[in-house]
This record gives sequence, structure tokens and C-alpha cells, in this order.
Amino acid sequence: MDLAVMQSYLPLYRDALFLTLRIGWQGVFLALVFGLVCVIILHLKIPVLKTLTGFYVELFRNTPLLVQLFFLYFALPRIGIRMTPEFTGCLGLGLIGGAYMTETFRSGLESVPKIQEESAQSLGMTPLLAFRHVILPQAVASSVPGILANVIFLLKETSVFSTISLMDLMFTAKDLIGMYAKTIECLVLLVIFYLIMLLPVSVAGSVLERRLRHAEFGD
Amino acid sequence: MQSLGIDVLLRGTNFLRLLSGLWVAVRISLISVAISIAFGIVMGMLMTSKNRILQVIFRIYLEIVRIMPQMVLLFIVYFGTTRVFGWNLSSEKAAVIVFSFWGTAEMGDLVRGALISIPKIQYESARALGMKEKDVYLYVILPQTIRRMIPLSINLITRMIKTTSLVMMIGMVEVLKVGQQIIEANRRTSPNAAFGVFAVVFILYFLICWPISRLSVWLEKRWA
Repeated sequence: MDLAVMQSYLPLYRDALFLTLRIGWQGVFLALVFGLVCVIILHLKIPVLKTLTGFYVELFRNTPLLVQLFFLYFALPRIGIRMTPEFTGCLGLGLIGGAYMTETFRSGLESVPKIQEESAQSLGMTPLLAFRHVILPQAVASSVPGILANVIFLLKETSVFSTISLMDLMFTAKDLIGMYAKTIECLVLLVIFYLIMLLPVSVAGSVLERRLRHAEFGD
Repeated sequence: MQSLGIDVLLRGTNFLRLLSGLWVAVRISLISVAISIAFGIVMGMLMTSKNRILQVIFRIYLEIVRIMPQMVLLFIVYFGTTRVFGWNLSSEKAAVIVFSFWGTAEMGDLVRGALISIPKIQYESARALGMKEKDVYLYVILPQTIRRMIPLSINLITRMIKTTSLVMMIGMVEVLKVGQQIIEANRRTSPNAAFGVFAVVFILYFLICWPISRLSVWLEKRWA
């Protein structure tokens, strides 16, 4: 391995990391928003919207992000919808993530036994109060591991952004390999940078999960 | 209004080519899932052992699979190992290696989860009835474990099929690549073919994965 070469690549990888992180977090944020909106629609059972939401969730959960991005980036311009690569990346990540988050939130809400809501109401709490103080805390606690798994999944999925010409980590590595053929150096850097990006999230996830499980079962 | 490219797919053997591209992805996933299930069961059983060294090794293995994007693993195997060891690896072999590596970890974790979710009382009751250790596993534990595992492994198949779309990046001609070729070949006659072709690819993936994931949900509800 040629350390000097690796050092000279560092700034390129750093920029790529920032781009990946920026789009990644924007996408995760969008995903949380989409997921929340969808789960509220499903929870309140709003007629037509409920069916549409169900269709959206199934469609995006059962297709690869790569195919979705190709559709958004290469197919939609043909019917006059043009987006920048960066926006497409965020939107694509938001859409697929929203579908996964909806499922996670929903199973979180479903995991709270019905008796909890009934008991709260029989204590004289209004439905809103019961939802806020009894249902939601329990639902959140049980969906946090799922949410974190989704976040890691989404940040990993950013690696397909290179196909829509976003200069992310994958793109940089591929490009440098193509130009200078320093394959090993590029791949080692690639692994290191993904570790820098994802290891903290993964570790934080395990810690948080343990604490929440602690909170859930008391003592 | 100009054609949106559905007609391009009906021309000649274009649609068949697209389907054969999809088959490439499905074939790789099925091979990888078969390998993953075999290795995963062994790994899951080993993971329940109390051996510290084994536990640390599996912990690191699972964490690598959890953190590294599959695309990076593909690049490491397809471009990295061939460079370091100087062997020749077809892209299909590289894909099967990577997806089996990933699937084995997933499967191993599922098997471990299923094994430890069997209440201890099941083992104890079976022994109290005087069953031999072999029979305890064969007639009591394994049937319950398999029931819990089947829905989850079916779920793994859909995830595998979705992830195999990445093999395009190491030069395999799968459905997206075939789609691109069709679009390029018909650039002059129908410039808007990209819409139709990619929309159809989108729907094709959905039509394959959706029934499988429904099946998994149904089985899970039925057997839970």
C-alpha cells in the first residue's frame, strides 16, 4: 500500500463524505417526515388517503432504491419533471425511507396493548392526553431500535447515489480506481470512510437500545 | 404527444430480453439464499454456544455486514481480492460470494434468535419425558425453530432480490443494464423510451417482490 497516494486522496474522500452525510441526513429527515405523515393517515383511517398510503408503502418497500433512482432521475425528465441529482438523491432516500419508517412506526403503535388506552381513558384522560402521555411514550420506546436500523440502512443505501452522478464516497472510489488504478488504496480508504460514517451511528444505536429496554421493563 | 416507450418494449424480443435480465438477478439471489440458509443454520447454532472467542468473531462479522454497504463489499471482492490474490473472478461469482457472505450473517442471526426464543421449559419437559438429546432437538426444538424461521427467510429472499440490482455496478448485464441498452438502441426512433422502460423495470421488481413479501407476512401471522 502506498501511504503517500492515500494521503493525497484524503481531501477528495473528505468532500465525498460531507456530500454523502449531507444528503444522507436530509434523506433520513425526509423519511421520518413521510413516515410520520403516513402513519398518522393510517392510524386515523382517512378513507382514500389510507389506500394511497398503503399502495405507496408496498410499492417502495418492494423495489430497490437503485431502480427507484433510475426512475426518478432518468424516466421522469421524459415527461417533463426535471430534478438536480442532489435533490433526486434526497427525495429517493426520503421515499424509500418513508415507506420503511411507516412500517416501523405502525408496528410500534400496534405493540401498545389496547388495554393501555382503555385504562387511561377510564382514569378520565381525554383521548389526546392518553395518546400523548400513555400510548406515544411506549410506542416510541418500542420503535426506536427499528428506526435506528432504518437510519443505518438508509445511510448504507446512499452508496447507490453514484449511479445518478452524485460524487459520493462510492463515486470517488470508482473514479480514482478508474483513473490511477490504485485499487487497494482506494478500497481501503473507502472502507475507512464508511466506518467513520456508520460506526458511531451503529454504536449509538446499541447504547440507546439498551437504555430504552431498561426503561421499558422498569428496574 | 410522443410515445413514452412502452411500444419499444413490444418491438422484437425487447421484453424477453428485459425478463432474462431480471432472471439474472433472481438467479443470483436464489443461489445466494440457498448458500446463506445452509451456512446460516450452522452459524446460528454456533452463536448460541458459550465460547467467548466464537462470540467475539461472530460479533465482528455481524457488525461488518451491518455497517458496510453491499456495494462496497462487491467492489472489495470484485476489484480488491482479484488485485491482491491475482485470481480471475467472474462478476457472477463475485456477486454470489458477497450476497452469501451477507445472507449468512442475516440468517445466522435469525437462527440464533429463533433458537433462544424457544422457552427453556420446552427442553426440560422433553427431557423429563425421557427423550434422548437427539430426539429433543429433532422432535421438539427444530420443528418450532423452523416454523419461526421460514417467514423470516422468505423475507430474506425479497431483500436479496432487491439488493442484487447492485450487480450492475460490477458489470453484470441485469435488468437495468438491459433497459439501458434498449433505450440506447432506440434513441433515434423513440427518444422518450427511458420513461416506459424504467417504469416497467420498476413495476417488474414490484411484481416479483410483493407476492413473496405478502407470503412471508401471511405465514408469520399464521404460525406466530
